[in-house]
Amino acid sequence: MIDAIVQGILTGGLYALFAAGLSLMFGVMRLVNLAHGDIAVLAGFGAVIFVQSAGVSPLLALLLVVPLAAVLGYAVQRGLLTRTVGPSPLPSLLVTFGLSVVLQNVLLLAFSADQRRLPSGSFTQQSVPVLGLSIGLLPLAIFATAVAVLGGLSLFLARTSTGRVIRATRDDPEAARLMGVNPRHVYGIAAAIAFGSVAVAGFAYGTTTSFTPTSGPVLLLFAFEAVIIGGLGRLWGTLVGGVLLGVAQNVGAYIDPAQQILAGHLVFLLVLAVRPQGILGGRAPAAVTA
Amino acid sequence: MTPLLSVAGLEVRYGDLVALSGIDLEVREGQILAVLGANGAGKSTLLKAITGLLPPAAGRISFDAADLARVPAHRRVAAGIAMVPEGRRLFASLTVEENLRVGARAGRPGPWALPSIYGAFPLVAGIRTRRAADLSGGEQQATAIARALMSNPRLVLLDEVSLGLAPVVVKQLYATLPQITAAGTTVVVVEQDVRQALAVADHVHCLLGGRTALRAPAAGVTVADIAAAYFGTAAGQDAA
Repeated sequence: MIDAIVQGILTGGLYALFAAGLSLMFGVMRLVNLAHGDIAVLAGFGAVIFVQSAGVSPLLALLLVVPLAAVLGYAVQRGLLTRTVGPSPLPSLLVTFGLSVVLQNVLLLAFSADQRRLPSGSFTQQSVPVLGLSIGLLPLAIFATAVAVLGGLSLFLARTSTGRVIRATRDDPEAARLMGVNPRHVYGIAAAIAFGSVAVAGFAYGTTTSFTPTSGPVLLLFAFEAVIIGGLGRLWGTLVGGVLLGVAQNVGAYIDPAQQILAGHLVFLLVLAVRPQGILGGRAPAAVTA
Repeated sequence: MTPLLSVAGLEVRYGDLVALSGIDLEVREGQILAVLGANGAGKSTLLKAITGLLPPAAGRISFDAADLARVPAHRRVAAGIAMVPEGRRLFASLTVEENLRVGARAGRPGPWALPSIYGAFPLVAGIRTRRAADLSGGEQQATAIARALMSNPRLVLLDEVSLGLAPVVVKQLYATLPQITAAGTTVVVVEQDVRQALAVADHVHCLLGGRTALRAPAAGVTVADIAAAYFGTAAGQDAA
């Protein structure tokens, strides 16, 4: 049982990594990117290409994939999603849903429906004993990465001049224009961060389990649940939500292995019913708080 | 001497609705122009057209003799046009100082920076660490004016500064105007409070239903003249 909880906490880090970008894009431009999970899968395949075809180490593949994803994020935002920004959330939902379908089919054409997995070397099997439990080095590393990414993003938003402009634009894009800020550029930066962070998540996911071109929607669902449980638009809320979701799934699996995913969904629904603003959500579910 | 701001034959539409038409105005460097008029007369629309938030349907807006037609709103700040928008429009989740820093983003050199702003606005200095959302109306308005000045503008547009504020607060805010113009900055105020506007302005420009009802040097007009132009009771005359 304690083992299941610890495993759940570590899994939660991965979910938080998936959720951070989703939360940021919603917080800054009120846009729910339904292709978010597919971007993670795309990044996973990108890493597979680098490792298998170019023969680079997985770590180097990660360092190549993340900036590429960020550039893609900026381009997709400026070229496509910028046209959907407006008072109604529907256009962006439809466009990102379409993007999700297109990405899945392109990946199916290019890579077939075979399962893939990223090699993580001997790392996968190693573990450290902690208080009588054996904790895998890989989940631990992923959890640490998640905390580092969230912490870095949080500091970036709170302390840097670009972070300040992102928060200002989130508060009032028109007033930001009057200060010489181009909101479209700011939205591009937010999308770049979102795509870059979900690329890290996709890579981490690919090292822990196998994935296919159609894995994206499930990942989106977990990210979405983590965001809602933690509190919409709250960056650290994604970690709280991710951990809660991960613990629920692992404890659920401990009780009945067939009900792992169901247990997570039940906790999500419970939070939605009892505390719809999320665990960390304050008054209105509004801002990305650093 | 060419005027700093020149508007000629300006027409602005919201769809089929003509919000402004046939507007001509000029403001010389260092002067204060008051734009007066009732609700819906087109005052805020005029300012939005000058800042580029609303594209004109016809006419020409030039700043320092350069046509602004192709300059997007977010580039006009770098050219030297700053706006204090109606309703303050501060960045609510940011602190006062963060709001000011965003205001300085255009990076124009000039006298206004955090120390000089805090010197000129002791009220703002005292609340620098507070979140904009937690401020009173007067504190918000002072912060909004300070934020606009942080870009070291050549032209400041003040939209309805006195709206919803206690008269004593309005007086304090208007008392800072001489400090702004002392730096050589040109000011356009849009105002409901006619007496307050007449007290500070060099020229007045009255709008009625999107058209010019009166333009005159402030020294030569009375509150009665303005009232006539305001409500269209007398034929709109060009006293200038």
